[in-house]
Amino acid sequence: MSPVTRGFHGKRREAEGGRVPPGQYVTEDFPVLSAGPTPHTKEQDWTFSVRRGGKEQKSWTWTELHELPVEQVTADIHCVTRWSKLDTQWQGVSIDTLLGPASTDARYVLAFCDGGYTTNLPLADVTGGQAWLAFGYAGKPLPPEHGGPARLLVPHLYLWKSAKWVRGLDLLDRDEPGFWETYGYHMYGDPWREQRYAGD
Amino acid sequence: MAGTAVRGRLTWQVGTVSEVIVETPTVRTIYVDVPDWAGHRAGQHLDVRLTAEDGYSAERSYSIASAPGEPVAITVQRLDDGEVSPYLTDELRPGDELELRGPIGGYFVWDGEPEPMLLLAGGSGVVPLRAMLRHRARTGSATRARLLYSARALPDVIYRAELDEYGRDGAEVSYTLTKQQPPGWSGHAGRVDQVLIEQVAFPVEQHPAAYVCGPTSFVEAVAQWLVMLGYPPSRVKTERFGGK
Repeated sequence: MSPVTRGFHGKRREAEGGRVPPGQYVTEDFPVLSAGPTPHTKEQDWTFSVRRGGKEQKSWTWTELHELPVEQVTADIHCVTRWSKLDTQWQGVSIDTLLGPASTDARYVLAFCDGGYTTNLPLADVTGGQAWLAFGYAGKPLPPEHGGPARLLVPHLYLWKSAKWVRGLDLLDRDEPGFWETYGYHMYGDPWREQRYAGD
Repeated sequence: MAGTAVRGRLTWQVGTVSEVIVETPTVRTIYVDVPDWAGHRAGQHLDVRLTAEDGYSAERSYSIASAPGEPVAITVQRLDDGEVSPYLTDELRPGDELELRGPIGGYFVWDGEPEPMLLLAGGSGVVPLRAMLRHRARTGSATRARLLYSARALPDVIYRAELDEYGRDGAEVSYTLTKQQPPGWSGHAGRVDQVLIEQVAFPVEQHPAAYVCGPTSFVEAVAQWLVMLGYPPSRVKTERFGGK
């Protein structure tokens, strides 16, 4: 039980229809959080790869990516720093499309990115229509500070799992911590269960 | 990179406010006695939770302002439309209980490494950098340190007396005032630009470590200029706040 904070009343907000996870507040802004400088990879130098056991299984250039079916995604996003943004609109290719129907015995993925960032997710969380490789935001190219040219979009997990500047997925048998996970953030990161830090 | 993972569960703890220091008209430093505080590193942050009588609660993260080995302190800038910061700056007083948990984060930290440290602060982004400078002073570190702190005007500069003391005591401290400069101001004026960053940056050959903290527009620009100067991205650590 949390003790009552003397003199604190809080700003009561109108109910957002159960769309805001515990401990979050809604913002109209789109804050930027990243651990280092924003990489600026040119589209002609960009590729996206799927690797298994260190070997590249598939790869797409920027042009090839845009030949795949594009989906329009409207989603609420939740950052572990406590802001949530409702009804954000993205354009991207479903991870299902990239991984294809071929079954894999991998159970986890580690997303890898320009700038060295990584983050880990269960394969089951990036398949089944739950995750995208997003390159458009609100009808425009995704700005670099928000992860452009392309980022992962996995809106049902805290936003650090939606890796910016993503360049591929490593298919793994076992779960391996990524960048923030190594520094004590949660391995899974479900905002509805407030899985912010290890042990939550 | 060196990092210590947080082990086990980060539990909420109830501390008691021991002191509130008025830093500027809108900024307070709040010292909290936390009985079971496990210690922290310079640059880490913590979470604060406020709970109303009916159980409604609000949480926010704040950088830790004190050096390792010191009692926990946070420095809070009042945001007029905020929910937590107006309470912390206007209402909270010594003797009050405050619920918090931490320390959190292990990337944007300085543990006494010998390479020159370049600290670039925008506004209240100076808070974790102050913890680093304080740690450096308290441990008698010989690491070269240079701080460039961008503020709107002189009265907005947080920790000014303390930072000036570091400036007289081995660190290099400079300010740029973006909106208003007092008569006879001999420091920098205007927003940080590429030329100023080139002036203050240690040469790449010295393997400096840069820590950049401030609003997004400040951090984006400064980090980019450092990369253009040849700083490896892995040597430019950033922390940002604000949405615009």
